[in-house]
Amino acid sequence: MTATTISRDPAAPVRRTVRPIPTARLVKVELRKMFDTRSGFWLLVSIAVLSPIAAGSVVVVAPDSDVTYQSFARASGFPMSVILPMIAILAVTSEWSQRSGLTTFTLVPHRGRVIGAKAVATLLVGVGSVALAFAAGALGNVAGSAVAGLDTVWNIPWSMATQMLLGNLVGMAIGFTLGVVMRASSAAIVGYFVVSLVLPGVLQLLALVQDWFLDLQPWVDWNYTQVELFEGATNTGEEWAMLGSTTAIWIVVPLVVGLWFLRRSEVK
Amino acid sequence: MITVESLTRRYAGFTAVDDVSFTARPGRVTGFLGPNGAGKSTTMRVMVGLTVPTAGSATIDGRRFADLPNPGLEVGVLLDASAQHAGRTGREILAVAAATMGLPGSRVDEMLELVSLTPTEAGRRVRNYSLGMRQRLGIATALLGDPQVLILDEPANGLDPAGIRWMRDLLTGFAGRGGTVLLSSHLLHEIEVIADDLVVIGNGRIVASGTKDELLASAGTLARTPSPRDLAHALEQAGIPSTLAGDGSVRTEADPARVGAVALAAGLALTELRSAEGAGLEDMFLSLTADTQREGVAA
Repeated sequence: MTATTISRDPAAPVRRTVRPIPTARLVKVELRKMFDTRSGFWLLVSIAVLSPIAAGSVVVVAPDSDVTYQSFARASGFPMSVILPMIAILAVTSEWSQRSGLTTFTLVPHRGRVIGAKAVATLLVGVGSVALAFAAGALGNVAGSAVAGLDTVWNIPWSMATQMLLGNLVGMAIGFTLGVVMRASSAAIVGYFVVSLVLPGVLQLLALVQDWFLDLQPWVDWNYTQVELFEGATNTGEEWAMLGSTTAIWIVVPLVVGLWFLRRSEVK
Repeated sequence: MITVESLTRRYAGFTAVDDVSFTARPGRVTGFLGPNGAGKSTTMRVMVGLTVPTAGSATIDGRRFADLPNPGLEVGVLLDASAQHAGRTGREILAVAAATMGLPGSRVDEMLELVSLTPTEAGRRVRNYSLGMRQRLGIATALLGDPQVLILDEPANGLDPAGIRWMRDLLTGFAGRGGTVLLSSHLLHEIEVIADDLVVIGNGRIVASGTKDELLASAGTLARTPSPRDLAHALEQAGIPSTLAGDGSVRTEADPARVGAVALAAGLALTELRSAEGAGLEDMFLSLTADTQREGVAA
């Protein structure tokens, strides 16, 4: 036997200069991931389809006095107020429910950054969707008033518009928070309907039977402050303080706790 | 180079990984073996930062995985081929990974071609993929960033024979170019063919580690002859203990040259004479992990 063994002497691996992943790129990727799945695609389609239909229904259903920009914008924005929180929920929970987090969190081993990018992407979708609702409402208003032979009424002041935007963003933030806390799609969606449909009734009932709770309700019932926002009726300092209080209770505190657990949890 | 030092991971009530240390060196394929639940996957998850260790550390070229600026370009990871969003297409999954790493879209097509997924298959949603196709997609994701290190958990699972051969050539070539491969598998034959180094884990502890040649050196010799009893007798006379296996072969600790000489002296024709490597890894695996086997198999 000759002694010519081929030594597989590996040259010391050349360390390439690798630049860190920029946050803007993460946001872009997360934005893409919200709509490149089958469920994401259909949520997007449902917004695009339902908003014009809702705006169109105003022409058919509303009395002449209500053929105004407010009616149209409200109608086209209504489907969004339901669908946007779902988009926010799935943006977070799909990483766990669909287990894609295994790849996501190995490509970016900083969960805080990934969740932050998801939050920014969610915010962008919220702002974009609401802008779309206002645009669809404006089109509906022009067309609707022309069809009904009425003067076009533009009756949404800026303060009201910003509050409607804020209302949608708060709804998405509630969904996002539930996603972070639950980390499971079905649980978070059920959770959302509990806090948005069941909870208001319970709190209302409590306020009816317990006097002490009547004054407290606006400070703890996030649906109460949501209605105020969508009506554009959050005006006084006290009302803004109430909004701050419900936001702290239903978003800030659970989000901080949820993020703390999320960052330490095991991704399987 | 992957370095695992005194790694421990405890859960409430039990220790999944217990003081595990080993290295996977560049230019070599390191096979990571162990029975179900031995702690292989937990160790691999700790390496890539998906699980926080209770104590100890795992580093890639001296750095913690979380400290790598763009891990996808340095370490290719495949832990579970089924862990993908079922509603995304195969191509989209690669495109998202490429976008995260900052790679051009053309890289996606190169990878699809490398793992033999056709454009039609790549356009289908992953929920319709077979396990083998998911495995190929997972390999493509791992190789996308042209990394220097590969960490693969059961990559041959679900692949057809041609796919297994392809995977073997791919990993051997990768290590041949100086890359580091850490590979876990239950397919012992597969590991035996491909691995240069072995790490065997049982009940969360390392039970053996070293080069394959070292670990299998003690495996001895397997000989076949039309009259195995005579051979066993001749070996005994020569002072070499042997065992008659049920399949008619004779196994002994002695090296093949000595067994051949004994057979020649006894005038016995041998039909087969070789190092008992074929069964060696399985025997070694079962004896090393005997205490931890669910079935309680003694080697």
